[in-house]
Amino acid sequence: MRIDFDPAVPIYLQIIDEIKRQVATGVLAAGDKLPSQRDLAAELHVNANTVQRAYREMEAEGLVETLRGQGTFICQDPNVVEKTRGEMINKLVADFIRSMRSLGCSDDSILALIKLGLGKNEEIFEKRGVKKND
Amino acid sequence: MTDQKYIVEIAGLRKRYPGVDALDGIDLKITRGEIWGLLGPNGSGKSTLLKCIAGLVKPDSGQVTINGSKPSRKTKSAVAFVPEIDHLYNWMTVQQTLNFISAFYDDWQKEREQELLEFMKLDPRKKVSTLSKGMRARLKLVVGLSRNSELVLLDEPLSGIDPSSRDRIVEGIVRQFRSEKQTMILSTHAVDETERLYDSVIFLSEGRVHISGSAEELRIKHSKSMNELFKEVYA
Repeated sequence: MRIDFDPAVPIYLQIIDEIKRQVATGVLAAGDKLPSQRDLAAELHVNANTVQRAYREMEAEGLVETLRGQGTFICQDPNVVEKTRGEMINKLVADFIRSMRSLGCSDDSILALIKLGLGKNEEIFEKRGVKKND
Repeated sequence: MTDQKYIVEIAGLRKRYPGVDALDGIDLKITRGEIWGLLGPNGSGKSTLLKCIAGLVKPDSGQVTINGSKPSRKTKSAVAFVPEIDHLYNWMTVQQTLNFISAFYDDWQKEREQELLEFMKLDPRKKVSTLSKGMRARLKLVVGLSRNSELVLLDEPLSGIDPSSRDRIVEGIVRQFRSEKQTMILSTHAVDETERLYDSVIFLSEGRVHISGSAEELRIKHSKSMNELFKEVYA
């Protein structure tokens, strides 16, 4: 795992985000094993306590489960993967809208710009099976 | 009764050297099982504070306790202090140095020593006098981490060292740190390179604690990295 850390954002949250991204994009599937806390800490050059906090937090959210003596796994429940993907999409949309508004775009112009952008990329979107009305 | 949560407790600590207050009333509690960054510019009192904890400097007033006891022969066996000054003998080889130092400690871990030597890419047959500054710093870290110490104090382990050795040292610390039975306090002004290492930080300024607390909480509170906060505090 590789993360370009933003040191102004809590590190454990960035570790959670990366694992969620991997779940949402299918790099990690339901039931997959995560690296041990110590290994991930060494790989990312972060304190093992920080990785522990990230794992604990994901466990509380129900994204991962820790089996005593066996390690930490992405939850078996396929709904969890779908939910993670949904959360990620919602966050991207919310971030996008916030950024556009901060640049002074009205809601109407945001919509118009999205349509324009989608129009240009219509073919690509259709190939990927994304419905325009989603 | 000792508070199990804290390994080191410091209250009202003062130390004055001729013409300067090195420590001007320090109150601190160091949580067990964490890596602490002791941050501050030169002359802010970092070294003096570490030496007081190690029991190498006697404070003028106030007190330090380690596991509830004042620094003594008994607490010293629980503490590994790696000084900033180079205390290695030039005429020894790397392996001779480790054999020599290990003879002083019952808790020396030979296996870990070998693991660290390899990780630090140190040639055990090389003479200390032929090592670069970065390699000497790596050797000092091997010395500090080869024991089963409950408390490891590293004084400026990165000062004046090339970036590749800095990286190795930071990764070496991450790999060797055993949070279930170890606590580490590391003093430095190289905050950028060590940013991701800390559970908690202390910003020391003119012998006083300016800020202390959990690194992640400070990031949440200020939306700033430790390095940015450091620059702001000492601007």
